[in-house]
Amino acid sequence: MIAALSEEDLERHFEHTLEKDQRIEPRDWVPDGYRKTMIRQIAQHAHSEIIGMQPEGNWITRAPSLRRKAILLAKVQDEAGHGLYLYSATETLGADRTDLTERLITGRQKYSSIFNYPTLTFADVGVIGWLVDGAAICNQVPLCRSSYGPYARAMIRICKEESFHQRQGFELLMTMMKGTAAQRDMVREAVNRWWWPSLMMFGPPDADSPNTAQSMAWKVKRHTNDELRQRFVDMSVPQAEVLGVTLPDPDLRWNADRGHYDFGELDWDEFKQVVSGNGPCNAERVEHRRKAHEDGEWVREAAAVHAARQKERQR
Amino acid sequence: MNDWTLYEVFVRGKRGLNHVHVGSLRAADDEMALHNARDLYTRRNEGVSIWVVRAADITASSPDEKDPFFAPSGDKVYRHPTFYDIPDNVPHM
Repeated sequence: MIAALSEEDLERHFEHTLEKDQRIEPRDWVPDGYRKTMIRQIAQHAHSEIIGMQPEGNWITRAPSLRRKAILLAKVQDEAGHGLYLYSATETLGADRTDLTERLITGRQKYSSIFNYPTLTFADVGVIGWLVDGAAICNQVPLCRSSYGPYARAMIRICKEESFHQRQGFELLMTMMKGTAAQRDMVREAVNRWWWPSLMMFGPPDADSPNTAQSMAWKVKRHTNDELRQRFVDMSVPQAEVLGVTLPDPDLRWNADRGHYDFGELDWDEFKQVVSGNGPCNAERVEHRRKAHEDGEWVREAAAVHAARQKERQR
Repeated sequence: MNDWTLYEVFVRGKRGLNHVHVGSLRAADDEMALHNARDLYTRRNEGVSIWVVRAADITASSPDEKDPFFAPSGDKVYRHPTFYDIPDNVPHM
């Protein structure tokens, strides 16, 4: 039924689909590089959601009220859901989610560097919602227009849910800022620790980001790392003012000529260290994920045996 | 986990609408697939009804536009109402 098309015809058709700003869908022909890039990008994103459950999950049993505990449970459950939407998208490209989990727990695939920092106080839960989820939204809104259809659709669902995450974080911080002096200090201290790592979430500077050009051409990336980082800084400064906290950057000031906030140089050595596995919590995060996976083995086995037995009985 | 089945999930958003594909998941059997679909795709009242279908049971056409599969409908413009010229002074048509 399908006429045999040459590789060149297929490539041209693929390029034409991108030029018209149409989406690439699961059974379309795509170049190997596109498939590999998309699997890697979506898998790393999925891993980030799954590992991202840990820093906040840490506080579920110690949340200060039932209200905060219910919110935190719902939020961490959402992160699990986001990871699963994304693993589902990778499978449409021919990846296998068991294999991807294996790559994560053996350290062969990465996840966002931000989750390798510890959550020391309950204020961290608020700051993660405000800054970390805020940065994630900045990154993810343009991905709702990614050229790969299943990824774009997953991002639309995720962005809708992230909005709750950011607002609950900001509300938590506003509540603490209206509390005691000790609570306000906790918020300021948490903001000081998370501000720079949040800016690093956008990845290396454009000059040091070799894959950006190809990703932009394939429309799997719509803005450069530096553009998104600037957008995030511009959004966060007025929010910090409302909250009554000072962002820990002496170089942060409005630049009327550019129409943007100028900000200081990031510590790229720290970024490289954390990305390459030497952050404060890298080993702990991966080890925890590995243990959870292995501890769940008997559940997976029991479910498979139960399913086989049910099938037998139906015969 | 290796032999858990891939299921495609379809959700009816509300009464009066069709079921729409929302994504996939892995489950050991049909019942688990339905429960997982509820937890994964309807955490915020997104649906009133869910279908789960084994991905292997779906027969699909190729989405490629060049596929001649859809050609038979391409040359039958007379199936569309705009094919017919009706004077402007004919009401209710």
